[in-house]
Parts: sequence; structure tokens; C-alpha cells
Amino acid sequence: MSGIDKSMSLAGEPPKALNGGQKASVLTGMVGLGIMVLQLFNLHFGNNTLWLSISLLLILLGVAWFSYASYEHKQEGIKNDGVWFKSISSRGILGWMTGITLTGFYIVLYFYPEYLGLVQDGDNRGLIALFDPLSKALSGNPASQWFVYGTLYTLAILAFGIKFMWKYRHSSYQRIRTLSVMFFQTAFAFIIPEIMARLNGDLPYYDLKNMWPLNYYNFERYRVNGFIEAGDIGLAMLIFGVLSIFVISPILTYRFGKRWYCSWVCGCGGLAETVGDPFRHLSDKSKFAWKVERWVVHSVVVFVTLMTTAVIYSYLGNDSSKYWLTKTSFLVGVAVILTAVFAWAMLFKRDQLQKDAQYGAIGYFVIIAVFLGMHFFSGEGNIFLFKSSTLRTSYSFLIGSIFSGVIGTGFYPIFGSRVWCRFGCPMAAILGFQQRLFSKFRITTNGGQCISCGNCSTYCEMGIDVRAYAQKGENIVRSSCVGCGICSAVCPRGVLKLENGPQEGRINSKDVLLGNDVDLMELVNKK
Amino acid sequence: MQHIVIIGNGISGVTLARHIRKLSDKNITIISAESEYFFSRTALMYVYMGHMKFEHTQPYENHFWKKNRIGLVHGYVKQVNAKNKNVLLSDGKTITYDSLVIATGSKPNKFGWPGQDLEGVQGLYSKQDLEKLEQNAPNKDQCKRAVIVGGGLIGIEMAEMLRSRDIPVTFLVRETSFWNGVLPKGESAMINEHIKEHHIDLRLDTNLKEILPDENGRAKAVVTDKGETIKCDVVGLTAGVTPNIDFLKDSGIELGKGVKVDRLLETNIKDIYAIGDCAEQQEPIGNRRPVEAVWYTGRMMGEALAQTLCGNPMEYNPGHWFNSAKFLDIEYQTYGWVFSERTKKDYESHFHWRHPKEKISITIAFHKETNLFLGINNFGIRLRHELFDRWLNEKRTIQYVLEHFKDANFDPELYDTYEDDIISKYNADFNQNIRPKNKSWKRILNLH
Ligand SMILES: Cc1cc2nc3c(=O)[nH]c(=O)nc-3n(C[C@H](O)[C@H](O)[C@H](O)COP(=O)(O)OP(=O)(O)OC[C@H]3O[C@@H](n4cnc5c(N)ncnc54)[C@H](O)[C@@H]3O)c2cc1C
Ligand code: SF4
Ligand code: SF4
Repeated sequence: MSGIDKSMSLAGEPPKALNGGQKASVLTGMVGLGIMVLQLFNLHFGNNTLWLSISLLLILLGVAWFSYASYEHKQEGIKNDGVWFKSISSRGILGWMTGITLTGFYIVLYFYPEYLGLVQDGDNRGLIALFDPLSKALSGNPASQWFVYGTLYTLAILAFGIKFMWKYRHSSYQRIRTLSVMFFQTAFAFIIPEIMARLNGDLPYYDLKNMWPLNYYNFERYRVNGFIEAGDIGLAMLIFGVLSIFVISPILTYRFGKRWYCSWVCGCGGLAETVGDPFRHLSDKSKFAWKVERWVVHSVVVFVTLMTTAVIYSYLGNDSSKYWLTKTSFLVGVAVILTAVFAWAMLFKRDQLQKDAQYGAIGYFVIIAVFLGMHFFSGEGNIFLFKSSTLRTSYSFLIGSIFSGVIGTGFYPIFGSRVWCRFGCPMAAILGFQQRLFSKFRITTNGGQCISCGNCSTYCEMGIDVRAYAQKGENIVRSSCVGCGICSAVCPRGVLKLENGPQEGRINSKDVLLGNDVDLMELVNKK
Repeated sequence: MQHIVIIGNGISGVTLARHIRKLSDKNITIISAESEYFFSRTALMYVYMGHMKFEHTQPYENHFWKKNRIGLVHGYVKQVNAKNKNVLLSDGKTITYDSLVIATGSKPNKFGWPGQDLEGVQGLYSKQDLEKLEQNAPNKDQCKRAVIVGGGLIGIEMAEMLRSRDIPVTFLVRETSFWNGVLPKGESAMINEHIKEHHIDLRLDTNLKEILPDENGRAKAVVTDKGETIKCDVVGLTAGVTPNIDFLKDSGIELGKGVKVDRLLETNIKDIYAIGDCAEQQEPIGNRRPVEAVWYTGRMMGEALAQTLCGNPMEYNPGHWFNSAKFLDIEYQTYGWVFSERTKKDYESHFHWRHPKEKISITIAFHKETNLFLGINNFGIRLRHELFDRWLNEKRTIQYVLEHFKDANFDPELYDTYEDDIISKYNADFNQNIRPKNKSWKRILNLH
């Protein structure tokens, strides 16, 4: 047979061509984007307000129209036809090009904002100038590269959120969850901080839904001073920042699992779930990747803990009569909290930790203990071997910029949408630790109904091999699960249900599955 | 060390091997012709549709087998020599065994239609069939129409596959309504509607008479028993499957439709066993068929036989029947027995509810006199296996089941629920006054 590509792969030729509506909508969106690109090269159109509005609206319209043209004529249901055939979503040439473009954008954004048109003293130019009117309307200040980024980020979540909702229009869990990330991004990350800045100029920029260690800089000297100088409201925000990591998030994670944050509220999660959705299946499912994930992400937690401790330590005083929190009492406090968590996990939850997790925990604990202990034996300034400011800059460069931005988002089309959340995010690791050991959340496996087809594992953005549990009739209780619910949605046999229930019976390892001989099940499954 | 040889690396053979390894240190060899590693046959459709790559259908990573000391031989068994306790492969090699397990699965039925072996005519069972379909129907330009013959679960999967590439599909179904030998008429009718919604040309009550060749010996059209000729490039034969046991003809192993086994899954020859699709029970178990060609039963036979082979003789004694499938976008699950009008027992009564707009419905079968709950079919709603298994064990009535129906809901959170509608329809139909109880975790998990 001529004309047929007999390449060894089974991947064939789906209808790859776009339909008329899709073509027109792509054009629309591209015109919107084109306006920004031209602006980037300083081709001014005049009236920034007008052109910015046109550009943003065209992009939004383009994506929404594209979604409509893609899904409107189809029955409600799972829409994964051709995912592994399309160049963009199967690491094809389009995928690589998108990845490289995104990565380039992040590098410019983080390290060379002047190319975007940022001018330190004086009027912005290029792309950033285009956003000045909007920024001035919200906060009263001219735009910065971060404002441009924030606006585009929010626009992306909104536009692709609409697409996601069309795609999953049969699933109210997915629709409501997506509305939630769209809302939190727009209100909490984008509008409220800008307005707060307008109302009270002293307040540091604060996205209230971001908590330490995601905003690892939250307790730095200039911010803490800023909060305190801003008066009661600033103080309230500072207290809120502490409460959110020590009280609010543990309670919510206990009740709902870490999904309350990672796939309902978080901005990084929001982008991954919407813009990143076409790439979710590219995550690595191998056991090896899982191992790398555990070591890397927990090392980041240790890093951020040390770094934050060092940073706070560096600006505290020694004299308790001046301020109640001194260098020493702070370190003791940190040590007590860490020891308490460590002891609790080792004493009560040991049976639920794998061997290497136990070793890892012990190792990390020793490292932190040694560093803290060194305080008492060494002089000022170098308690952590490195200067706190060195730790701080290396963290913000390595983790804050390279990992979360350049690799985390730039590489969506190559490694999938949750690389950062999985390998890098210390917040996700802390919530995950709790989800694994102290939460009501689980994914229940429906008895013996699994046919091992693999849809769930393939579409798990966190690279969890969901099938490995489901085909054994076992519930999925994994620290990395962000509760996106896609495994449950794509399962063709109704095997998986995300739910919150009693902790008793949550982890249920089984050898013989429901449906077989009752005696055999008892014989084999009894411990 | 005792050597156990398993022919076939499908779900039954692989489950057996895994469980033997858990229980013992015996030598295990799996011989299989189709693929080097175990893959999930049920997922073949998703590869053609582009939802997954073939490697995703493999439930274990490639290093799994070595690590668990399960030997894999990629080859075809030509002959079983029971006297010398060995098997002969088509490449001339022989492998001796102490125990032999036949787990060779099924092959598609062909009923002697004229033209059934032409180019472009194929079934959908194996990895090779998938590759063939990729050749035969790569896109809608090279395959202008496909005709699928046989309205069962594989037929509708094949129709869905082809439709995912916009290939026009004509679906010939012998029955007067889709799968109505198994489904009660309300449900069967709902699936008919849904098939048409997907722009599949459904021809009920229509049989294939012959397949016409073109000058190159490729299928070019089918002729139906209604006298109609339908032009097409591909013909899918999906009229059921039959055990894949031809190579055993002269082995002395007793064969019927499949390999005849007793309740210990042993054949007439000592130390030779059969499990999965290819095994045929001498006596059917309960309402089950003697040959059960479904995923779950293959797995359960593997679980049971592993015990026997490891010194703890255990009969194959499956619990309550359950199954599931997906008809295009409609998920289907069943627990216990619900029979169609054609096969219904005389004591069996049905309660049926269907959503006024959506394609969602349930049918509950119960005993006319005692109200004993017999089984449920649910479409577009997910239900909890564990509870129905328990209720069947506890011999609950339909009233009890409906009263606790909220416990059984397995739909994702935040979905609309239908228990109240369902129960008020039941109350109206049967003049009852049941009130649903609220969901209780205590009951669901059987906590005290
Ligand atoms: C497309 C499709 C979809 C399905 N979907 C479902 C579903 O949703 N739910 C469900 O319950 N069931 C489903 N089934 C049925 C289910 O897949 C089978 O019941 C199950 O795979 C049978 O497993 P098995 O281990 O008995 O045999 P098989 O999976 O058939 O494995 C037998 C293996 O043995 C090999 N073999 C055969 N003869 C020899 C020989 N002489 N030498 C060497 N190797 C040999 C074969 O090549 C094959 O690889 C589906 C089947 C198909 C084809
Ligand atoms: S296991 Fe399921 S819910 Fe959890 S992250 Fe993976 S796909 Fe999402
Ligand atoms: S998608 Fe469902 S049936 Fe398929 S492997 Fe996962 S849990 Fe099992």
C-alpha cells in the first residue's frame, strides 16, 4: 500500500486538520498576540489603552471560539481523540517550538526585562508600555515586567479555563474546580494586591492565597517591616501569613486533601490545569521518576526551611528586652517545631512510611539539627556555613526562577504540566506529607472493576501510576496527588472516586480483589 | 525446583504468575506469541484513538519480570506433549514442565461468510489486529466507509475507534435492538439512540450475507440479507469470540468449545490446567456461562489457581457476577444478574428508571414474590461494587437497596444525584413508600 506511512509505531493518522471555526479562531487569537509582538519591537500604534484592550480581547475571544469550534459539535464526554498524534501534544515539532518559545520568554522575563521595554527611571517602552494604562488604573503605578506577566498569566488561565470547561462540560467537578482557579487567580493574585497597593502604599504586594514556603520571601526583613509599618492591616496580614501555614492549611488539608490548594486555589496549579491541560499526559510515570521526585522535592523543603530560618535569624536581635523574639528563641522555636513533626511521624506513622522515606526523614532531620546546633558553637553571621543572603539569592535563582518558571512552565510541552509542582514545589511537598499521613482524602478504587487499561495513569499529570493501585483494588493515597480528578474522569469503567471519608479503612492493601471467592479473599488478604 | 509453564501472557496467565511468585519460589515461564510483554487487551481501542501509546497499555514496567524472576519466552506453542511433559515451539525449541497452564485466550468468530478472508476484512482481538486496522483504516480518505458486523461490546468499540478518525461506519446488528440478548429493552433502546447520535449508521435486524472482492482481492462491499449492497473499504468482524485452542487438537486434552476443566481448573490430564477465556467449565457455575470471556474472570481464575499450584487446593468459586463496559460516552456497570426479556427467569421482575433528558438509567431485577434483590444495571451513574456485593451476600430486598441507595453512589463529587427521583418512581410504580436514608460512611465501610 503506497501513501501509508509504515513507520514502526502504531500511532497513525487521525484527523489532524483543523476545521473552519478552529482556523478562524486561531487567526483571531494570533492577531491579538501579534499586536503584542509588534509592540515588543516598539512599533507603536498610539493609544495604548485601546490597543491593549483589543489585543487582550482578541486572545480571549480566539481561545474561547477555538474551544467552541472544537467541542460544540461533539457529544459530551472524554475528548482525548488524537492526543498522541498531534504534534503539539506529543512532543512533536510544534511541542518543541512552543517549549522553546516559552522558555525564552521566561529567561527574558526573569533576567532581561529591559528587552520587554522596562525602563527603570523614566517611561516604559515596548510591551511594558502597552500595559501602563491598565496598571495605572489598578494600582496607580506604571507597569513592571511582573505586571505584564501577571496580566498575561491571568488571561491565560481565564481563556484556557473556558476551554477546559468546554472540554469537560459533562463533569461538574471539573467545571466548578476550574471556576475556582479562575476566580482565585483573577481576584486574589491579580486584582486585590493591586488595589491594596493603591489603598495603602506601604503594604508589600501580597497575594493572600500564597503562603510560605511558596512565597519563600514572605518573612524577609523588608516585607516584615513593610507589614508592620502599614499598621493594623499590615500586622493582620503578617499574622494571617503565619496562620495560613500553621493552622488554616493543615485543617483544610486534613478535611479535603491537598487538592483544596493545589488544584482549586493555587496559581501555579491553575495554570497547569488550564494552559497545561493539553500536556498533562507527558509526565513520566516510571518508578525511577517517582524516586527522583521524592528526593528532589524534599531536598527543596529542607533548603527553603534552612534558608528562611537563616534569613529571619539574620535580622533578629540578641536582646530579649528590646523585642521578644531573639535569635536564640527563634532558633529554639524552629527546632522544637521540626522535632515535634519528626517525632510524630516516626512514632505514630512509621508503618505508613516506606523504608527510604524513613531514612530520608532521619537524614534531613540530622542535617537541620546540625545546622541549628552550629549556632550555639559558632560566631555571628555564618551559622549556616553560608551567609543567609547567599542562601537567599541562590534559592530565588535556582528554585524561584529557574525551576518554577523556566523549567516548570517553559517545559510544559516536553515534561508535562506539573514538573514544578511535582519535583520542585516545597509547599506541595509539605501539604503532601500531611495528605499522606493525616487527611481524610483518598481516591477510592471500586472493588474489582479495573480493567488495567491505563487511561488513569496516562492522564495523571503528577505521574502517579494510578493503575498500579486500581488493578489491585487498592485505594490511592499518594502525597503527590493534587486531586485534579482527571484519572477518575478518564476511567472508562467508573473505578475511581475522589472522596473525603474516615481515616479508618483509607489505606486498604489487597491481594485478591472483590468479586472472587469469599474464602480466598479472606485467606489471602488477612494480614 | 518445580517448573510451571504458562502458555499465554494475558491477564489470566500473568495474574497466575504474579501470585505464584508471591506464594513460592518455583520456576515460572510464560510463553506467548502475541507480544513480548503483557499488555491490556481492553485498552487496544485507545491506542488507535490516540488516547494512549501502545506502551501505556503495559501495566508493568519492562524490568518487572526480571526482578520477579518470571521468565518470558516470546514464541508460539505448536504442540503439547503430555506424555513427555513438554511443549514444542514453532521455532523447534522444546520446553519441559512440571505443571502446564493453558491461558491462550480467544480469537474472533468467523461464521463461514463468503469473502471473510479477503484483504481488508478483520477482527479486533490482538495487537496484530490493531496494526492491521492501522493499515486498513488509517484515515477517512483511504477508508471511505467501514462496515462492522456483530453488535456486541467489541463491535461498538470498533465503531467508536473508526469514528474517532471521522470514518463513516455502518453497523450491522443481527438483533432487533442493540445487545438485547443481554440488556433489557429500555436500556438497549437508549444505546440505539446513542449510537445514532454518534452518526453511526446502525442497521438493526440485519445480517451479513457475503463480502465482495475487488479485482485485487480486497473487500469492496458487503451484501446484507436485506439484499442491500454497501460499498466499503474495511469490514470488521466482531460477532463474538471463541477459545483459541486449535493447537491442542491432538494433545489428548479434552476439548469442548474450550479446554474442559473441573472446578480446580485442571484438565483431564494431571498437571495440565486451563484458565481465562479458553477454559470451559464442565458444569456452569450458577448463572454463569461455561466459557466466560471477560477480563475479571480470567484474573480470578489466576488468583485461585495460584493457590492450588502452591499446595493449597482451591476451587474456582467466583463470587457475585459483575461487569462493566462503555458504549461510546455511556458508562455501564452491572452487579448481580439482570436478564433481558429474552433470557429472563420467570421469577424475575424489573424496575426501570430513565432520566427524562440525559442518557442515564438503571434497571433493578428482583424476585417477584420475595422482593429479593437480584441485580442492577446502571448506565451513566457509577455505583459502588463493594456495597452491591455485600447486599447480594446479605440477601437484601429491593426496598432495602433503594433505602440505602445513597450509600452506593460512586459518581464524582459535585455531580447531580438521582436517588430521590429513582425512589419516587419506584414508589409510584410499585405503590410503596420508601424514604432514602442519608449517606453513611459507617455503613459504607462497615465500621462499628
Ligand atoms: C477489544 C477488546 C476489548 C475488551 N474489553 C473488555 C472489557 O472491557 N471488559 C472485560 O471484562 N473484558 C474485555 N475484553 C475481554 C478480555 O480482554 C479477555 O477476556 C481477556 O483478555 C482474556 O484474557 P486471557 O488471559 O484469558 O487471554 P488473552 O488475553 O487472549 O491472552 C492469551 C495470549 O496467549 C497467546 N497465545 C494463544 N495461543 C498461543 C500459543 N499456542 N502459543 C503461544 N501463545 C499463545 C495469545 O497470543 C495471547 O497473547 C475485551 C477484549 C477485546 C478483544
Ligand atoms: S491521581 Fe488522579 S486526582 Fe491525583 S493528581 Fe493524578 S490524575 Fe489527578
Ligand atoms: S482508567 Fe480505570 S479501568 Fe483503566 S486502569 Fe485506570 S482505574 Fe483501571
